[in-house]
Amino acid sequence: MDDTVILQLSQIHKSFGDVKVLDGIDLSVRKGEFITLLGPSGCGKTTTLRIIAGLERPDSGRVFIAGKDVTNEEPNRRNVNTVFQNYALFPHMTVEANIGYSLRLKRVDKETIKKTVSQALELVQLSGYEKRMPDELSGGQKQRVAIARAIVNQPAVLLLDEPLGALDLQLRRQMQVELKRLRARLGVTFVYITHDQEEALNMSDRIAVMRNGKFEQIGTPSDVYDRPKTSYVARFVGSANIVEGTVLESDGQRIAFRSQGAVCLVAARGARLSPGEAVRVAVRSEMVDLTPYASPELPYSGLDAAGGNPGDSQVGLQAVVKEKNFAGGVLQITVSLADGSELVASRHGIDSPLVPGDKVRVTWQPERAVLVDLEETP
Amino acid sequence: MRKKARFPGIYLGIILALMYVPILLVIIYSFNESRINSVWSGFSLRWYRDLFRDKDMLEALINSLVLATVSSLSAAVIGTLAAVGMPRVKLRGKSVVEYISTLPIMIPEIILGMVFLVYFSLIRLPFGMITLTVAHTSFCIPYIYMLVKARLVGIDKSYAEAAKDLGANEWNVFWDITLPLILPAIASGVLLSFAMSLDDVVISVFVTGVNTNTLPIRIYTQLKTGVTPKVNALSTLMFAATLLIIMLSTWFGRKTTLSVKRRNT
Ligand SMILES: Nc1ncnc2c1ncn2[C@@H]1O[C@H](COP(=O)(O)OP(=O)(O)OP(=O)(O)O)[C@@H](O)[C@H]1O
Ligand SMILES: [Mg+2]
Repeated sequence: MDDTVILQLSQIHKSFGDVKVLDGIDLSVRKGEFITLLGPSGCGKTTTLRIIAGLERPDSGRVFIAGKDVTNEEPNRRNVNTVFQNYALFPHMTVEANIGYSLRLKRVDKETIKKTVSQALELVQLSGYEKRMPDELSGGQKQRVAIARAIVNQPAVLLLDEPLGALDLQLRRQMQVELKRLRARLGVTFVYITHDQEEALNMSDRIAVMRNGKFEQIGTPSDVYDRPKTSYVARFVGSANIVEGTVLESDGQRIAFRSQGAVCLVAARGARLSPGEAVRVAVRSEMVDLTPYASPELPYSGLDAAGGNPGDSQVGLQAVVKEKNFAGGVLQITVSLADGSELVASRHGIDSPLVPGDKVRVTWQPERAVLVDLEETP
Repeated sequence: MRKKARFPGIYLGIILALMYVPILLVIIYSFNESRINSVWSGFSLRWYRDLFRDKDMLEALINSLVLATVSSLSAAVIGTLAAVGMPRVKLRGKSVVEYISTLPIMIPEIILGMVFLVYFSLIRLPFGMITLTVAHTSFCIPYIYMLVKARLVGIDKSYAEAAKDLGANEWNVFWDITLPLILPAIASGVLLSFAMSLDDVVISVFVTGVNTNTLPIRIYTQLKTGVTPKVNALSTLMFAATLLIIMLSTWFGRKTTLSVKRRNT
């Protein structure tokens, strides 16, 4: 990866009729980078990709590919190729003809096409499938052909719209590994769409989290996972719990805030907040500690006395265990808080001694919690 | 119980009898010695011999075949272009134009015939093969248009987008993607048009010239002077030819999909 910007979007706006779909998209992708657009259904991921490919025109804003303004260029005049959400393999052409189509249009001679196609097939591990028709392929094989067709032209940017969306979990994992390897071999720039946060975290150099036609946060996987800027990102990427409260005091490192009659702590990370300000804090479920609630509440006596550890009885929300669920290798314990809202704690392992109805204290390490929505809090 | 189960069989039998017994009779009586249709007097190829000696009849047959071929193919080109091009037209009265252009399917033939007659006299087109071809082409266009349009609706637009993404211009998209995918619809449209042109009497009567006969017109006029079993022989031959065409087209249809596959490798 070098520092050349290969793709740049600036202030892209797009509406379909009255529906505003993209609302000021700015993005700059470096050569060789793997960037993922992550967001829920309908947030405008596909539309963004189609604007990059030239299949859709933005209402305003510019698209630059390799430094050239291509906003008004037709798709066939842009050096990008797309792997479509539904593959879009030409049903009347063989695998070989599908993959070789772009070369045929460029009037590359037959021998070279044949050779390039078979190399591409080898790359996606489908050697010998040249003469098959698309409807004689499985979903995963179609996927590979679609990828081969898109890379055979050596595009500056490869656009992939939920390429693994239609595959089952096991195949998806396998294809993730293969895509990563392919990308390492080709060094092509990837713009990748998914609404699967795990996939995004696993594969990307950077993730752009999208919401209602805007980027909510763009950053490395650990940026968006460990240091979400907003409660939306925290919920979407890390399935985090959001706790709201008002600031009590701050010693520069930690901030103590009151929430639902209890006191909680969060690492300040440079945020300057004064007492009385509203705060929102994201805590991922695996960071939540639950301790059986035994002794009566000790009064909160200031940050110096509050360690933020499970044993420090001054801090922590009071809660009642509501239910336990074992899913995906982790045990999820849902507790309900004083105001009736719920919070999830997760543990490795299959069971915990806690049973529904137990009273617990909810705590976390202050440096494991993240202040979010800072610009929104006045 | 048993009666109920037998009913569909009887029903089917009646329908088949109504449809095919007349055809069977025509075929049988085309080999009849006798001049009278209802009396069987022995096997003979006499009417076939007569038929092939009848220069007028043969000329009418050739006229009909040429007419059906030319007009169904012209209609295929025009109807296909219309169906492919129409979605790109951004016009206020587009739906009206579309509606009007498919209207000939619903207008009674006799009125269409009248209209063509008036129109051709107005623009002073000499009546004959030319007027016949124009008239037949124009009543075939709506069928091709509708068939191709229906097929186009069923084609995922992401194919065209994928092609453009891979470097195709509009022209490439049409030749490489759209045309191969609508080819089956065009082919069935051509067959349908061919059949309709071949047996059209009403419109043809209005627009033909004095010296030009199509086969249906020729047979129809013979009705007045008395039908000989020659017509039976002719019908039998045409029936056989139709069967052959259908068989060929099925076979050809299978073959085209294969060759399309092969051509693109
Ligand atoms: N051609 C169109 N005409 C009208 N509305 C459209 C069109 N294309 C997209 N939209 C709307 O724009 C919004 C964003 O669509 P888009 O396809 O970009 O979403 P997405 O993020 O890709 O969603 P998904 O994850 O479901 O694929 C949706 O509300 C959709 O209904
Ligand atoms: Mg999409």
